[in-house]
Amino acid sequence: MHPALLGLVTIIIGVGACIGYFYFSNLFLDKVLFPGKGPNAGRNINRANQVRPWLFLAPAVFALGLYLGYPVIETLRLSLTDRSQDGAFVGFANYQQMLAEPKFWEAMRNNLLWLIVVPAASTAFGLLAAQLTDRIAWGNVAKSLVFMPMAISFVGASVIFKLIYDTRPEDKAQIGLLNAIWVQFEGGAMSVLFLQVLPIAIVVIFAALVAYAGYIIFRPALAGGSGISVLAARTASAALALYLIWLSLGSILGIATAELPYGEPKAWLTVPFFNNFFLMVVLIWIQTGFAMVILSAALRGIPEDTIEAAIIDGANPLQIFFKIKVPQIIPTITVVWTTITLVVLKVFDIVFAMTNGQWQTQVLANYMFDKLFRANDWGVGSASAIVIMILVSPILAWNVWNARKEMS
Amino acid sequence: MQSIAGSKSSLTWAVHISVVVMVVLWLIPTVGLFVSSFRTADQISTSGWWASLFPAEQNVVARAADPDEHRVADGSTFIVSGNLFDGEDKTISAWGTSSRAIDTYVAGDIADLGDGETITVQANGDYEWRGNDEQIAGRGQRVFATVTAPPEFTFANYDKMLFDESNVEGMAKAFFNTLTVTIPATIIPIVIAAFAAYALAWMDFPGRALLIACVVGLLVVPLQLALIPLLKLHLGIGIGKGYLGIWLAHTGFGLPLAIYLLRNYMVGLPRDIIENAKVDSATDFQIFVKIILPLSFPALASFAIFQFLWTWNDLLVAKVFLIDATGQTTVMTNQITDLLGTRGGNWEILATAAFISIAVPLAVFFAMQRYLVRGILAGSVK
Repeated sequence: MHPALLGLVTIIIGVGACIGYFYFSNLFLDKVLFPGKGPNAGRNINRANQVRPWLFLAPAVFALGLYLGYPVIETLRLSLTDRSQDGAFVGFANYQQMLAEPKFWEAMRNNLLWLIVVPAASTAFGLLAAQLTDRIAWGNVAKSLVFMPMAISFVGASVIFKLIYDTRPEDKAQIGLLNAIWVQFEGGAMSVLFLQVLPIAIVVIFAALVAYAGYIIFRPALAGGSGISVLAARTASAALALYLIWLSLGSILGIATAELPYGEPKAWLTVPFFNNFFLMVVLIWIQTGFAMVILSAALRGIPEDTIEAAIIDGANPLQIFFKIKVPQIIPTITVVWTTITLVVLKVFDIVFAMTNGQWQTQVLANYMFDKLFRANDWGVGSASAIVIMILVSPILAWNVWNARKEMS
Repeated sequence: MQSIAGSKSSLTWAVHISVVVMVVLWLIPTVGLFVSSFRTADQISTSGWWASLFPAEQNVVARAADPDEHRVADGSTFIVSGNLFDGEDKTISAWGTSSRAIDTYVAGDIADLGDGETITVQANGDYEWRGNDEQIAGRGQRVFATVTAPPEFTFANYDKMLFDESNVEGMAKAFFNTLTVTIPATIIPIVIAAFAAYALAWMDFPGRALLIACVVGLLVVPLQLALIPLLKLHLGIGIGKGYLGIWLAHTGFGLPLAIYLLRNYMVGLPRDIIENAKVDSATDFQIFVKIILPLSFPALASFAIFQFLWTWNDLLVAKVFLIDATGQTTVMTNQITDLLGTRGGNWEILATAAFISIAVPLAVFFAMQRYLVRGILAGSVK
């Protein structure tokens, strides 16, 4: 049978079965089980209405329980057993084995890097795009073009960017955009400006922002008066900020003293450490549009009078943006940030398609896939899935807490 | 916004230029792939895709037509004339008759080949080759030319990847497989979620608040956790790897967002409508089908687009629940990652395959962007 026809038949059966369930189960409830006529009509209708919510909910509750609830528990169980010993309980042996693997720590380090860079960059670019396009006549066209990568699959995006990172031998024409640009640099003043001064400036700005954020978070602790747990959280954030600043200073030194191999094409995806950033670019490219859409709606929701008041007080556009607009959309920025964080924690396709974790680009989700389906080690694979779940759970708790607050 | 205060900002130009730069940066990657998919393997490997957008200068070798068949007598001499490029739109800037001196003459010059044999070539490739009976014989005269060719694109890649039945790497089967996965995996969760969302929004029963909290919590559960337990389950109950399995999996994974979006939307519908209908002794089923569903169309459309894009673009779920060892049920994303492994350098194949898989979501995106934006705004947990 032609694949299209086969597809059509299966579609009709699948969808038909689903619609059929709702139709006939309701029919059964109203006509057979509790018929709304005869001597007990009133009582039957009441009963039917008590049962009906569960009739409506049954498939959803069943699917949610089976496809999302049960696996959490089952994965937890699997992570404590060993498949090669017929599923015997082995305690934390899988976790111990995983923690002893350098690949796992590589994945953790890379995931941390992704978690810092991708949400930050996507949100920043999204905010920039939202703010800039809000004022101009062709803003909507620009927005939809920046938004477009949202529709492109991670795999498709990987192919797109692999073409950009493509490397040919030195004596051939470069067909990858990045190498074509790279071989134009020959070590003159422009090269220093673009490849050293500019990156250093970006890192300095990043370090300054981190320092500022750390200071804001830590400042209340100096005043004292808060509980021990709050104090600990503040100190931990400040320590993290200091660590990030230390890393930034290190990389500034690295960039300043680097001897760049001008003129020769590079295989970008095989340069350890930096290749992570080339992979992140793909996700940033996709997620910026998402951030832009949400933030643009938030910016439009800001009351006009706060901005008018600022203008009358003589604020310049930068002050208006950073001191009036941004503080008012902080909750939305948090939402965008956490949503992208969730995407990052689950990122699999990009790494799988572009490097498959080679050249030190492993991430947790791909590490897990490797363990589950290549090494066939369900124990360690489940253990790494649990690690992802643990990383997600603060966001889960926060979401549920917020949703409950909103409803009550 | 500056205009409110009555002063026109000098930043306007800077804003326009920044937006143009950003849009170009965001478009270039896709355009690069798109352009590459219309180039031949040869073109791709000899120049970057950006070069193909402009007329390119290249060196070509052409031969005059076979003299024995095409020569025309003109008194005692014979003439062969025609066009070196068969009428293709190329412009000659310099040419020569020997491989060691390919730019001896400019267009319109007459080259002396010795003993009265001459050839002249015009800028558009028209030539006239004259000589006596002996000279105008054998094989046609070779001409080496430096030409400027206009951009040249071809549909051959798409022909090969989509319509060539003998091409085992073709995308046609994967395309239909993807479609077979996508359509039920989009419709089934909508149907199930719509009923559940109605119950959660408008029906009273014990445990409703708890269920809603569960749905919000499940929104963020990573589907990685579900892979092994569910595959085990599917293999255990005999579904195995196949369409039924992947539909169920996509349904399960898509449900939390579907219920969340639809419930939030349905709760906002006016209470009067539903109560009036109840007074008119409509059952919940009738209310749902005849009133709620039509009114919820925007939310349904939003989720449908989400789910469609997600299932169409998915790789992980398909790899785990659908694709078996025979490879008969491969989907496009999987086909592309396979090609990345086996045909890493054949960009004409990769670019075309990738664009075939991207084209449908892009069309949906541009056609229904409004609903997608609405869904994103409603779906991000506030």
